[in-house]
Amino acid sequence: MPKPKKVLIIGSGPIIIGQAAEFDYAGTQACKAMREEGVTSVLVNSNPATIMTDEDIADTVYIEPLTVEVVARIIERERPDGLLPTLGGQTGLNLAVDLANAGVLEKYKVKSLGTPIETIRKAEDRNLFKQLLMDIGEPVPESATASTIEQAREVLSKIGLPVVIRPAYTLGGTGGGMAYTRGDFERIVRGGLAASPIHQVLVEQSVVGWKEIEYEVMRDGADNCITVCNMENIDPMGIHTGDSIVVAPSQTLTNKEYQMLRSASLKIIRALGIEGGCNIQFALDPKSRQYYVIEVNPRVSRSSALASKATGYPIARVAAKIAIGKRLDEIPNAVTQKTLASFEPALDYVVVKIPRWPFDKFASGDRLLGTQMKATGEVMAIDRCFEAALQKAVRSLEFGKRTLLWEDPKWALRANASSYPMEATDLRLWAIMAALRRGISVEEIHQQTMIDLWFLNKLENIVGMEERLLSEPLTPELLREAKRLGFSDEQVGTLADRLPEQVRELRHGWDIRPVYKMVDTCAAEFDAATPYFYSSYEQENEARAITEPRAVVIGSGPIRIGQGIEFDYCSVHSAWALQQSGFKSLMINSNPETVSTDFDTSDRLYFEALDEESVRDILENERPTGDSSAPSIVQFGGQTAINLAQPLTRSGMGLLGSSAEVIDLAEDRRRFESFLSELGVPQPPGAGVTSVDEALKIAKLIGYPVLVRPSYVLGGRAMEIVHNAGELLRYLKLAMELDTGHPVLIDKYMEGKEVEVDAICDGETVLIPGIMEHIERAGVHSGDSMAVYPGVNLTEAETETITSYTIRIGLGLKVNGLMNIQFVIMPNGNGGSSVYILEVNPRASRTVPFISKVTGVPMVKVATKVMLGKSLKEQGYETGLRPRQKLVAIKAPVFSMSKLTGVDTYLGPEMKSTGEVMGIDYTFEAALAKALMAAGANLPTQGTMLLSIADRDKPEALSLIRKFAAAGYKLYATEGTAAMIEAAELPVKMISKKLSEGHPNIVDIINDGTVSGIINTTTGGRIPLKDGFEIRRAAVEKRVPCFTSLDTARAALEAAINGQQIYSVQAFPEYRNGGAK
Amino acid sequence: MTKKAILALEDGSAYQGYTFGSEADAHGEVVFNTSMTGYQEMLTDPSYAGQIVVPTYPLIGNYGINEHDFESKKIQVRGFVVREECLEPNHYLNGETIDEFLKEYRIPGIYGVDTRAITRKLRSAGVMMGIITSDKTPDEALTKLKSLPSYGALDYVKEVSTQTPYDWPPEPDKKSAEALYKVVVLDCGLKFNILRILSSLGCSVTAVPATTSAKEILKLKPDVILLSPGPGDPELLDYIVDTVRELIGKKPIMGICLGSQLISRAFGAKTFKLKFGHRGGNHPVKDLADGRVHITAQNHGYATDPDTLKDGLEVSHINLNDGTVEGLRHKELPIFSIQYHSEASPGPLDNTYLFEKFLKMVKAEKGD
Repeated sequence: MPKPKKVLIIGSGPIIIGQAAEFDYAGTQACKAMREEGVTSVLVNSNPATIMTDEDIADTVYIEPLTVEVVARIIERERPDGLLPTLGGQTGLNLAVDLANAGVLEKYKVKSLGTPIETIRKAEDRNLFKQLLMDIGEPVPESATASTIEQAREVLSKIGLPVVIRPAYTLGGTGGGMAYTRGDFERIVRGGLAASPIHQVLVEQSVVGWKEIEYEVMRDGADNCITVCNMENIDPMGIHTGDSIVVAPSQTLTNKEYQMLRSASLKIIRALGIEGGCNIQFALDPKSRQYYVIEVNPRVSRSSALASKATGYPIARVAAKIAIGKRLDEIPNAVTQKTLASFEPALDYVVVKIPRWPFDKFASGDRLLGTQMKATGEVMAIDRCFEAALQKAVRSLEFGKRTLLWEDPKWALRANASSYPMEATDLRLWAIMAALRRGISVEEIHQQTMIDLWFLNKLENIVGMEERLLSEPLTPELLREAKRLGFSDEQVGTLADRLPEQVRELRHGWDIRPVYKMVDTCAAEFDAATPYFYSSYEQENEARAITEPRAVVIGSGPIRIGQGIEFDYCSVHSAWALQQSGFKSLMINSNPETVSTDFDTSDRLYFEALDEESVRDILENERPTGDSSAPSIVQFGGQTAINLAQPLTRSGMGLLGSSAEVIDLAEDRRRFESFLSELGVPQPPGAGVTSVDEALKIAKLIGYPVLVRPSYVLGGRAMEIVHNAGELLRYLKLAMELDTGHPVLIDKYMEGKEVEVDAICDGETVLIPGIMEHIERAGVHSGDSMAVYPGVNLTEAETETITSYTIRIGLGLKVNGLMNIQFVIMPNGNGGSSVYILEVNPRASRTVPFISKVTGVPMVKVATKVMLGKSLKEQGYETGLRPRQKLVAIKAPVFSMSKLTGVDTYLGPEMKSTGEVMGIDYTFEAALAKALMAAGANLPTQGTMLLSIADRDKPEALSLIRKFAAAGYKLYATEGTAAMIEAAELPVKMISKKLSEGHPNIVDIINDGTVSGIINTTTGGRIPLKDGFEIRRAAVEKRVPCFTSLDTARAALEAAINGQQIYSVQAFPEYRNGGAK
Repeated sequence: MTKKAILALEDGSAYQGYTFGSEADAHGEVVFNTSMTGYQEMLTDPSYAGQIVVPTYPLIGNYGINEHDFESKKIQVRGFVVREECLEPNHYLNGETIDEFLKEYRIPGIYGVDTRAITRKLRSAGVMMGIITSDKTPDEALTKLKSLPSYGALDYVKEVSTQTPYDWPPEPDKKSAEALYKVVVLDCGLKFNILRILSSLGCSVTAVPATTSAKEILKLKPDVILLSPGPGDPELLDYIVDTVRELIGKKPIMGICLGSQLISRAFGAKTFKLKFGHRGGNHPVKDLADGRVHITAQNHGYATDPDTLKDGLEVSHINLNDGTVEGLRHKELPIFSIQYHSEASPGPLDNTYLFEKFLKMVKAEKGD
């Protein structure tokens, strides 16, 4: 095959459940691979918070919506001869198929590289896939597809319950599930048919309880095949692999079983004709050699990212090279730099992955795990034994006090196994530990969970050590064995009645320290060049301290709501900036999906938990005798990293950038308040309170509504707006349960225009690359708001005030590096306005990638250099706001609500989105239209709106409703809202929101497709609004845009009327240059 | 309470751990294997005679020991060095723990040592002699080790080869009732899986002692002869080389591992010792005829020197990691060999096609 000259790479779009940072990692690797091979790369992705959309990763970068129309325009403009569809997850794969179906690929003679479109169809279409497997003699569970509920019932009558229902062409198993009863079956099939873009589900014989084993396989154009890795799910069949605790390599398979499934994997990748990587999932009977092929992903995946990090074998990079015609034996092994990519990695350690679920934020969410993935992210840990890898992974989850010792005080634990909540939820691991502690046998637990006894025996081994630590004197031998099994100093301290710091001192006294071993792809058979390390309590240390100038970048851990891929973006850029400045960069992170944990991002990678103990251990390892420790950068890893500022400083470890003192000043409510008043910068009145009486007094003084939240939290967790004393009391009752020690903050809630600024300060100069204005008024979490650059509706005076406050705060706080400030602007009664400070964070915010891209100021790089001592002046920047770019860029949030049943979708002060997209263009309307299109929240230009507006919002909503009516939308409204619309003499159909009183009701008209958009505002507070909740959930299931803020709805209407027809499609740097290339 | 033990190496280094299996002393050449599964097959592979094996994978014994995974009748390794032995294995076929298994055959093991450190040592210094002991100081162990013969001085083939010829019973999944061909396997330390595969391909299979003469072999009227893998230095095996030389040209011959080295020696080529050998299930081998790369199971410490090949024997396969010879073929005669293990066990099953190729060669030769 001739090598293509120009290749289009499709990214995966916003981070959603089932599609996270792993595709930034894959896409970035692919772009690098293209450059190495001399192939021009064109990248399209709608997600600005990615490394792959940086200007210097691909040759040409489009940050545009991932739709057929847009990508067709890019193809027309760029004329690539190849398309890489396999690196952008299910989104990329589906889009490639759509482009082929629309005839675009044929028209412009674009060849699908790596995986033929026909193969994608075969692997994704359940019938074709099943036939293919049967043709090559590979066993599949009995199943049949159905396009209607009637067909599904017929299938069920042949197979019998329980069955698995899998919708075609959905990601993360969206809309699927396991049915044990007729009722389940009917419900899941209906949901699955709705979720599938081709309205097809597979009804499949259930192999619940069997071992779930995955293989990562590669094949090149010459038919050479290898397996990179296999993985075993600790949670047996029945739970989505993305929601399973996974171990690599498999632990319970004999060589014969391992090789049997390996051979089957190779047979399948050959039959599919994939040139690149492929993930194959098997169910293996724990009591015989019988197995079934469960699923094939003909692309790189979350599992392949995990396999890459677990083995050191860069699957995406190799897959990209294979796609343009390289053979495995022509590609060097980048880890050893001596051997080739045509080999199979040998592991001499155990890897454990644990998903990170969002139920800490969505307390009302259904925690039950099944075939639909619910985790937002994951952590990985490596060690030489299973117990330690598992315990380090638990530490990496960053659940604060929830170590493996945690037990829910609400559990009513008794002597019988059935009293333990061991059904498949995010808490099952802890429930099993609790059961083992109370003498429930591994056999009984196995009966309930079907988890292999091997794993349960290991958990029992951990419990055994807990008991020894509780009962025996702490000797060097006991402590060393506890550390070998992965017990943290904190756990040891809890059990052996000591403070964590005392355990640490004891360890040092007995010379019990971790060593660091290398991940080298070859189990030490060859001398490897790539410094990728994990800790272990073993004998030989392979990571000698780097003696050259160096700094440590503390990463951001697992992706969770409130702390997403943006912080990985920042960590990566900081590592690169260190290298550019002649420093060695050391990265610490626990997230296997990311670019930051790619072995060639930094000079040294420590794959470790981001807690005080492990970071201090690493810093001590990096301190050569008599030298000072390597300084750490804590500004880029979100709240995870910033939380380490105090403990690191306390233990004498240096920081680069703003000091722990600066960070504390910004985060301590009282200190910050007096700091601002000294500066003469106003903030909404409020206070931190520690008692109910105090809270009521303060709230009365400043007047309702007030914004309440615990201090020291991320993503606005547990933040609420309360409108009266009753609501406040209810909140406080919950908040006091939630947290101890830190005060609750109460602020006057100002429903004004919200504005956000990211700035860099070096002590003399304060650089403000741009101002972002939120579309939603204050009260919607900034992470869930649409943000517009530049602040198009700000007056000159407001801009000046914001700039001046930013400069004063930066200099006054003595910020060194990045800071983010949120403002609210309120009319002041005499025609002007006042600007108040809502929040100052002396660290990188989630808008840093966005603002860096749209303004062209590489903020992380500049800030890192500032921290290293190179002033902004020396870098060519001056104090103040940079001139506006002649473009408009809008950041829009993206939610994963369809995956999280039971979660309410209304927007409030607590963050709910999982990702973001960017719309960029020359006009506000066009940028907005693209942002909404990319977020999947755009309204059709004609259609039917369903309105259900809270009384408080009705007066304001009327003008918006008039606009909808004027634009030709048909209107449905619930009782009260309909009355208001009728009173305004607009045409409207009343529809009942009382679900129990006849049909059609609101949910019916959502489900039957009548409605193309919904506006539903709530009265606020947390009292579950039953009707509103049903509307919002129905909208999510049916994928109808539902706006819970009038501001968003107004913007969406404007975009629909004025924006959708006129948008541009250009490489994003061209927008900054006014269209010039 | 577990008893402490050490692994002392020839270069004076010692690794502290605990005993499992037998508590007796054991010495041998210390080698590492990078396979992640298949410890039972490794332990019973006769090619490990005289060696102390260090699996690089840290958790050993997870699925216990079963009756199906024997590659010979007993444990063949001298000693076993692991990071962690599994005390509570779980598998439906499991019969006993690895500790019980080692005790049964009086083979000592040591666990709790940094096997990665040992591997790194062997990789950089080369394989060396070592001793596992639970009752000696490192100095005493080293002194004892120095007094013992080194691995390369002994012929282990005689030790592991069958004493009498035997027929392998037909496999239950045999392809036809009639025997397709008669294969005589010269047992230099064969693995049962070679016999299982040949039998399931429809051959009648007879294994004969390594000392069997060419005349006696031919008397069995084989259609084809297979030279098995086996332990030790091929330079010590002139008596087999002579046999092979006599068989050349008379019958088609396939050689596996040691069998390959014996063929090369029969044609006058030389073999040499590799620094730390190839032991694992992930070695890439390139077939020079078609450029295809195969992932192979390997277990060899010696290799054929390609520069000494002559008389029509040529290199057919090379190892992509270090370029060493992994296969030979004869330009005219029906003779080919591989340095790796097409029978796998443990390891990838990608190369069982070679047995079919072998039988095709026989078919062509016989004019069937």
